[in-house]
Amino acid sequence: MNISSDPWVWVSALFTIAIFSFLWRDNPFYKIAEHIFVGVANGWAVTFYWHNVLVPTLFDPLFRQGQLLFTIPFVIGMLYLTRFMPRVSWLVRIPIGISMGYYVGASIPAVSQALIIKQIQGTLLSPHNFQAWHAGSMGIVWSIILLIGVLCTLSYFYFSKEHKGILGTTSRIGIVFVMIGFGAAFGYTVMARISLLIGRIQYLLGPWLGIVD
Amino acid sequence: MKRNLPLLLVFVFGVLGIIPFIIPHPAVQTTDEFLRNNLLKILAAFALILGLGSLLRVHMDKIRRKGQNWEYSWVLIGTFAITSIIGLFGGVSGTGILPTRIGNFAFDIWTIYFNVEVPLGAAMFALLSFFMASAAYRAFRARSAEATLLLTAAFIVMLGVLPLGNDISPHLPSFAQWIMDVPNVAGQRGILFGVALGMLATALKIILGIERSWLGGGGE
Repeated sequence: MNISSDPWVWVSALFTIAIFSFLWRDNPFYKIAEHIFVGVANGWAVTFYWHNVLVPTLFDPLFRQGQLLFTIPFVIGMLYLTRFMPRVSWLVRIPIGISMGYYVGASIPAVSQALIIKQIQGTLLSPHNFQAWHAGSMGIVWSIILLIGVLCTLSYFYFSKEHKGILGTTSRIGIVFVMIGFGAAFGYTVMARISLLIGRIQYLLGPWLGIVD
Repeated sequence: MKRNLPLLLVFVFGVLGIIPFIIPHPAVQTTDEFLRNNLLKILAAFALILGLGSLLRVHMDKIRRKGQNWEYSWVLIGTFAITSIIGLFGGVSGTGILPTRIGNFAFDIWTIYFNVEVPLGAAMFALLSFFMASAAYRAFRARSAEATLLLTAAFIVMLGVLPLGNDISPHLPSFAQWIMDVPNVAGQRGILFGVALGMLATALKIILGIERSWLGGGGE
């Protein structure tokens, strides 16, 4: 056993234990660690935005280089702060409207391209898709299963007609694919969390206590 | 004015967001670059200030009213102030006017980030594995054929990524991968189409001023 003498390793280890203490019950150590997490995260965000955004993209061009064009983003940005002044608080809608409008507009072609056109291309029975599985002749079978799965899943979410007859059959097949998808996503998420847990335990036993290498 | 001006701006900037994807003209691309890399980045920074103002106001109110667990609000405000001062005056790489090293002991913003924020975040997400396991036990008891299917898929995927899965059968990891690649993708893709259409419909509703809940209720 070779306990670390680095104060930061002790800080990391004690915070990790403080968070895990929640497994026992909600307690002051957990609450302190939780509030420190939020405080440090916001302090870091202030630093990041100040040094990487506000100074190089606004204050330097506006105040050092005298580019008056940057008065516009400065004034519009300042309107965010009117939220704290009840008489003119409606002005906060201007920067929100600009940001939201642009990003919502940009999302239309992006979503159409990435989530609709590309997904349809990947679902079609084409020689290119058959090769994508690297499964030889079985690639055709996997592509057919994928196509049937997507169509049946879509039919499950079609609520404009009662799920009877053919639609009833396809929607029942669809729910099979949906459930397998949820199960796989759940299993993968659990494993990701477990790997984080293993990482923290390794940290406690390794760099902190020096029990394992 | 109070409602129509923001609605007009949403429409104009919504169209400005779509245009660069359609028109590759240099003038359009340059304008888009200015919007993306300057205006919107700066607005995001000011939005953070608004968020921080709200956060601090909530915690100051809590301290003033001596609300439940108000003592911890001091912890949040204190760590926020210390981290901000170190970050703002100490610089990103410890090159600012505030010294961020005493002998061998460094306390610059990145040291704080990697030794406080990263372990706390990792520990919090790791904690979720326990709660997910207990929630799964309660929720996923094989009550129906669909629930059994979900449970089986989750079990195979989890076993497939473990060395134990390979010990049980060398085919198990590839079967788990097949579940991830074929039936999982089919189910997720079907859902994704619905999500995408929902996003497009919502985007159009916002741009055209049909969806107005973002305006909030106060100050007609």
